[in-house]
Parts: sequence; structure tokens; C-alpha cells
Amino acid sequence: MDARTDIALTTDLGIEAPPDLAPDAMSACRPFPAQPAHNEALGFPGALVEDWQDQAIAKMGELLENSRPLRVFLDSCVKCGACADKCHYFHGTGDPKNMPVARQDLLRSVYRYYFTPLGRLLGRWAGARPLDADVLEEWFTYFHQCSQCRRCSVFCPYGIDTAEISMAAREIMNSVGLGQKYCNEIIGKVHKVGNNLGLPPAALENTLEGLEEDVRDDTGVDVKFPLDVKGAEVLLITPSADFFAEPHVDGLIGYAKVFHQAGLSWTLSSYASEAGNFAMFIGSYEQMHKIANRIRKAALDLGVKRLVFGECGHAWRVAYSFLNTLAGPWDFLDPRYPVPQNIAAITHDLIQRGGIRLDKDANAGMTVTLHDSCNVARASCLGDRPGDQFTIPREIIAASVPAFVDMHPDTIGDKTFCCGGGGGLLTDELIDLRVKGCKPRANALKQVVDDHKVTHMVAMCAICKSQFTKVLPQFGYPMEMIVSLHQLVSRSIRLATNA
Amino acid sequence: MSILNFVVSSFVVLSFIAFVVGIAWRVWLYASTPAPLRVFTAPAPATRAGAAVRVGREVALFESLFRADKFLWLVSMLFHVGLLLVLLRHLRYFITPPPLPVALMQPLGIIGSFAMVAGLVGLIARRLFDPRVRYISRATDMAVLLLLLAIAVSGLAMTFIAPPDIMAVKQYLAGLWRFDPQPLPADPALIIHLVLAAALMAVLPYSKLLHVAGVFFSSTRNQPDDARRERHVAAWARPLDQHRS
Repeated sequence: MDARTDIALTTDLGIEAPPDLAPDAMSACRPFPAQPAHNEALGFPGALVEDWQDQAIAKMGELLENSRPLRVFLDSCVKCGACADKCHYFHGTGDPKNMPVARQDLLRSVYRYYFTPLGRLLGRWAGARPLDADVLEEWFTYFHQCSQCRRCSVFCPYGIDTAEISMAAREIMNSVGLGQKYCNEIIGKVHKVGNNLGLPPAALENTLEGLEEDVRDDTGVDVKFPLDVKGAEVLLITPSADFFAEPHVDGLIGYAKVFHQAGLSWTLSSYASEAGNFAMFIGSYEQMHKIANRIRKAALDLGVKRLVFGECGHAWRVAYSFLNTLAGPWDFLDPRYPVPQNIAAITHDLIQRGGIRLDKDANAGMTVTLHDSCNVARASCLGDRPGDQFTIPREIIAASVPAFVDMHPDTIGDKTFCCGGGGGLLTDELIDLRVKGCKPRANALKQVVDDHKVTHMVAMCAICKSQFTKVLPQFGYPMEMIVSLHQLVSRSIRLATNA
Repeated sequence: MSILNFVVSSFVVLSFIAFVVGIAWRVWLYASTPAPLRVFTAPAPATRAGAAVRVGREVALFESLFRADKFLWLVSMLFHVGLLLVLLRHLRYFITPPPLPVALMQPLGIIGSFAMVAGLVGLIARRLFDPRVRYISRATDMAVLLLLLAIAVSGLAMTFIAPPDIMAVKQYLAGLWRFDPQPLPADPALIIHLVLAAALMAVLPYSKLLHVAGVFFSSTRNQPDDARRERHVAAWARPLDQHRS
């Protein structure tokens, strides 16, 4: 095992006590601001506008009128502190502004000052303060230290969701010309090219042909990776990382083998070649709508019957919880299937019905654990019943490997810890934050590695996979330890026979 | 009518009006603001009825808080259940003669008042001694707890140390009800208790105490998981749908 341990994992218990407060420990950690071109491509002002204070407060007023969650969440917090020790970034950094309640208060204090009589009257005594340059800088810093994973929301007695508040803060900042480079640049690429990576259709076609050859060489079976095939049954929308990055691409090969073996005709779209919808991270309904409707157009143009999503957490949240609202109604698709479906639900169903056969021996020697991705666990569902998001991946893993072990119960299911790279933070300049934010997950992983000889961790989200392969080596675990859910399926599926 | 009576009575009446108007205003605002997307915290019930049960459990059992912090859950429960019992006990000051259940639960109300004080002491101790909670506390957070404590202690003082003339109190309160001024019993504990309780009512809709209403409108808890079955397009978002294929 890789011996490069830069951060010592401090516990054998799987979860450790919250750290002591380290004020301002992360005050210098912030992402690159977007260039004017990145902002303008999304219709935002290129740079900070002159009367940004007035415009920001006006925008806040508009958001309050448009969003009940924002209004209720800003009013309802009693500062009880139930959430204070629940954030992975707080666990990793000790910075008190990474306590969810303190993060919310960065925005709530301004809300109290401009929108509540008591806040205006009592000022700081009531935790209210005017918006000034320091506050704006604090917003840009700490609202980009929130991965919108919603773990805090699970524990809040009023269900206050910090993700809603950090999305609103980012939207306000964008509206006055202070965007984040990573997110805005990527959203621009989707509008222009169709995917987060800026992979043009010709390159995509090339990649898929290469994959067909690889699988043929590997298995001797002619598994197709169709692109822009009109009249296919299924349109597969998957994160663009699946087209080349490891271990993502092994997952894509898994989906292809499942479709092949189930005899389902399917296609990818070069126009909607991205499942991810980074507009959620910046809280922009309008941008999210625009990206989501690329999928609608692709489905209409290709005349498909069903919509299926590949492995991705936040993409699946937008797909499962928002897509019908943003891009529906889906009355032109086959009404016998939910829209959209997740590839995991399809694979799971096929396993149950004997539509595909998995051979555990193909994964001999593997002991696997599962990282529940936050947006799958807490913001959506995979199948038809609440809680399916936990059972479906576990049952798929159990069917494809000899041994499965869960991590500490406070770090899985709806209490799962974020990988540390979600919410638009998967960018190199935030690597310090990403490593520290990964610590709770790494601690839980350490326990099952030490006690149960776990060899691999499954993630079913493109961001989790990218984050872990980059960051886990810092904790002494090799990047190959991270596998896609459908990578296990890919290795164990019996092709050309269902016996 | 004495000047003191006038001042106290006006304050109580105005506070009550501020309370009713403030709550009605916020509830109207919450109810009329659209929730443009499904943002339930999963796993969420599939039906509206299921979501209502979920909210009910949050309100009655503080379920999420229980998962978060057992000590905080305990002191919060002590305080809130205690407060509920105390409020029920107070019905006899407003209804003559008191209904049988209210008459029967009077001893329970006394127990409730002690539970309330115990809970408040626990909550105050957390704000003082837990470094994380101390960091997020502002003056108003402590002020609200002290206000509640002062109300509880002044009430207990009337029960155990210097009981006022109950009939006079009932007469006075009935007078407030009907805008027919009656003499204010000259009892310091009573006057303090009354004024502080009125102050609490007055600030409730304009402070964090609004969580009383907010908990029912929390989208992460009250939304069913029906996102793939229903569209939830807010009126302001509708024009976006017109510019698409």
C-alpha cells in the first residue's frame, strides 16, 4: 500500500470526535474568481458591478420572493447547534465558519439586517450586519467551502438545508459579477459543446469506437457503444468523465455490457453528452433549466422511449428530483417506465429477474465497501421505494463480489459523509480543503480496511470518483482502491449467456 | 384606572396584537411563496399524508434532533413539553369554570414548570460552556432564554411563595379580553410575569422564535418524494418553458 501519508488518521473507531475550534483556519482558502468571459457567457456581469451592494440586496429580495425554502430557512434557525459538528469540512478544518449554522449565518446576518425589523433595530446584538466588502469576501470564501451535501440538514430539527443557503449566496454573487471560475467555465462548455469537459462530438465518437475495440479484445464479444442512434429504446445520459477517466470509464463499459446482455437498444447523444448539471451548484434555476432542456431536445430528436442516467450524484439529484419540473412533461416517452431511471435500478432489476447473470469469482479477492454519495443518499432515490438508494447499490455489489462490508453507521446511508469534492469544489486550487474534507470518510475507510481487510471502495458519482482517486493517496490509500459500481458488474457479468 | 394598570394593560394588549398580526403575516408569506423545486431530505415519504406524518413526528418528537444530539434533545424536550403543560394549566385563568381536563391536569402543570426550568438551565449551560454553541450565540439568543427563565421563575414564585388573589387575576384578564378594564392586582410577581409573557409574545413573530411556524413550512420535511410523478413549476419559472423545443 502507498506509504505517502500526509495526514494522519487519528482514530480506529471509524468516526472521531469533533475538533477544537480553530478560528480563521481556512479564511485564506478560496477558489479562483471567474474571468469576465466565463461570467458573461452565462448572462452575468463580467466583473463586480459598481453598485454591487444595492444589487445584491435587491437580488436577495427577489430570491426570498421566489423561494419558500430560503425564506423559511433564514427565519427558523434557533442556533441550537445540532448541526455544528456534522459538516465534513468542519471536522477536517476546525474552522468555526465551517459549522453549518455559522456558514448560514454569514448570509442570515445580512438578511436580518435588511429584511427584519429586529435585526435593523438591534444590529450585532441580534447577529445582524450590513453587507460590505469584508462580508462579500467572507461569502466567496466560505460559501465555496460548502459542498452542498446536506448532511447538516438531516440533523436539523427544522430541516434547514445549508445547500439552499449556499446556492442562494452563490447566485447573489454571480448576479453582481462575482462568479466562481470552475463552475461558470464548465457551464459555459455545456452550453457550447454539450458536456463539462468540452469534448466535441467527433472526439466522443472516436472514444466510443475505441471502447468497442477494447471490449471486443477483452471479451471477444461485440458490445456496442452507440452514439446518436435514432429510434433507440434508451437514451443514456452519463457524466462526461465516464468517457475516459479511470475508474469512471470502467463503469461506462459496465452499462454497455448490461444493455448488451439485456438486449436493450440504447444510445448516447452528442448534443446532451453530459449528465452533470453544475448550474445547481451556483443556484441558478435558469441555467439549470437550460442545461436540463438539452436532454429534452436530445430525447425528442432521437425519438427514444426511455431516459436512463449513469452513475453520478448531483446529476442524479437534478435528474430525479428536478428534471420533470425543469424539462418535463415526458409524455412522449414510454409511460411504463419512470422518467428518468438510474442505470443501477435497471441493473438491479435485471439481476433480480435473471436477465443478467453475475459471476462473483470474477472479482475474487475483493472485499468491498460502499461510499453512499450524498446526492443519491439524501436528495433522491434510486428505485421506486424510499430507501432504495441504499439497498440497490448494496445488493448489486453483493451479487458481484465475494465480500461486502459497510463502514461506520454514522458515515453511511443518509448520514453519509461527503467525499469532500462536491458542490463545485472539485478544482485544484481548493486541494487543501478537499483533502481536509475527505478526512471523515478516510477515517471510516481506515476502520474497515484495518478490521475487515477491505480492498476497494465503490462510489457511484463522478465527482466522488475523481475526488477520491486524487485525494485518498494523501491518506495512504492507492487510487485503484476506488471503483465504479458498474465496474464490478462489468467484471462479473456473463456475456453471451444467461446461464 | 391607575396609570400602572393603563401601561401594563396597553402593553399586554398591544403585544397580543403584535403576536397575532406578526404570525399571520409570516404564515401568509410562507404559504404564498412558491417552492420551485422538490428539495426533500431523502429518504422521504412518497405521499402527502406520509410527509404530514413526518412533519408531525418532527413537531411532537424532535426526531431529527434526537439523531443529532441526545443531551440537546433531552433538555429541549424538557423545556417544550414543560411549556406545553404550563400553557394548558394556564387555561383555567381564561376559562370559567375550567373544563374538567384542565382542572385535572393542574398538578401536571406544576411538574411541567419545573421541567421547563430544568430544560432552560440546560440550554443556558450549553450556550455558556459548549465552545461550538458559544461561538454561534449572540446576545439575543441568551436574552430569549433568560426571558423564558424569568417568566417561569416569576410564575413559580406566585405558586409557591406569594400566591396572588386568583379571582382578582381572572377578573383582570377577563377584562382585558372584553376591553372592559378591571383593577390590576397589586402583586409585583404577577405584574412582572404578565409583562414578560407579553414581551415574549411580542417578539415571537419577529425573532428566531418563529421556528414555531417555520417547522411546518420546512420544504425538506414537508415535501413528498413525488418528483418523477408531478411537475412543480413555479409561476415565475413558467416563461422559461416557452423558449424551448
